[in-house]
Amino acid sequence: MPRQTPSQTIGPFFGFGLVPDQYGFAGTAVGGGTMAADQVPGQRIRIIGKVFDGDGTVVPDALIELWQADRSGGYDGTAGELQGRLPNAAFHGFGRVGTGASPDGQFVFGTIKPGSVDGLQAPHVHVTLFMRGLLRHVCTRMYFSDEHEANLRDPVLRAVPRGRRDTLIAQRDDAFADHTYSFDIHMQGERETVFFDV
Amino acid sequence: MAVREPAGSTHPPYRFADYASTRLRAPTQAPLSVPEFLPGETGPAPAGAALSPLDADLTRNGRRNGEPIGERIKVTGQIVDEAGHPVPGALVEIWQANAAGRYAQLTDQHDAPLDPNFLGAGRCESDASGRFGFRTIKPGAYPWQNHPNAWRPNHVHLSLFGPGFGSRLVTQMYFPGDPLLPLDPIFNSVPEDARDLLVARFDLAQTEPGIALAFRFDIVLHGPEATPREA
Repeated sequence: MPRQTPSQTIGPFFGFGLVPDQYGFAGTAVGGGTMAADQVPGQRIRIIGKVFDGDGTVVPDALIELWQADRSGGYDGTAGELQGRLPNAAFHGFGRVGTGASPDGQFVFGTIKPGSVDGLQAPHVHVTLFMRGLLRHVCTRMYFSDEHEANLRDPVLRAVPRGRRDTLIAQRDDAFADHTYSFDIHMQGERETVFFDV
Repeated sequence: MAVREPAGSTHPPYRFADYASTRLRAPTQAPLSVPEFLPGETGPAPAGAALSPLDADLTRNGRRNGEPIGERIKVTGQIVDEAGHPVPGALVEIWQANAAGRYAQLTDQHDAPLDPNFLGAGRCESDASGRFGFRTIKPGAYPWQNHPNAWRPNHVHLSLFGPGFGSRLVTQMYFPGDPLLPLDPIFNSVPEDARDLLVARFDLAQTEPGIALAFRFDIVLHGPEATPREA
């Protein structure tokens, strides 16, 4: 059986290659912070956050990738309600942002709130994180603080030790007019984010 | 306690003492294994319309007023999964330093010349047999701050999206015979018996006579995903 090609760190200088438009370079990106075109149905939301290292310092050179279902719970390319009904570019459920693109290291995504993928799982967004000092990417999920009942039933959240579940729940921040959820990622320490095997 | 990769894994551990940046950035808790976490057979596929043929030719896609400086090379390979099946339609993105070892990114402070005709970024999609190819400039060695007189070996960064969520891979390709390889903590973070998997082979058959040498870098992605669970 062929052996997997080993992972290596993304390093500090991925910006001009993977998210060139965010780092002042010409060229189209295959994904960015705006994940849903205007014609995609669903509740508009914003997801904001920062990545913190073991000293509590904001990480200025991370790449965050999000991936999510559409409003009806379907993924791009599967049985989503959007399949075949919108231009291909309208909604892939994919976005990526480099934290070096903003002066304070914040990532911002504009998207729609996903539906439940199977009726059992609570609405969630897959979060993948790459950075210098991370030899292999880490994967986690972001849930929504205003889906309390659904979160209680979610099989993945229920598999997480009770004391660590809060690290996966984005907090709706009503200081912003547009549905904004705050999701910080902590690599170490008391609030270390739960990551999952893939 | 350090998080360890399972026996037989080719991947590096999260925490690797000789690579200083892992100290504050590696998770300290083992990742949780939860079957429901994986989204079935699917995964993000951010490709399609954005790609153009020029994207795969780094000797041309950054030109302003002339040829980029350096040794022209081709980097080709085949992408397969762990069962040996070709992986078609995989998005392959690469980025690298120029021939002098300088990255185009503004935050790179290395005092080596920028090349106005070389960006160092490209992408393509694997074909029906899983093959991909780039033309580029051989990257130079790059000094960094990890330890006194630290130099990264010549390398090309790669990012791949395979068919499933679990096949996502970001890695680096190295060149055969590079004397910096045994000294590089990022390369050495990989289990010893898997390091060769990151070293491209010189490939005379793929060279373009009079134009470019060629290196072959085959890639094995995780997958296929296990058979679907019983309901």
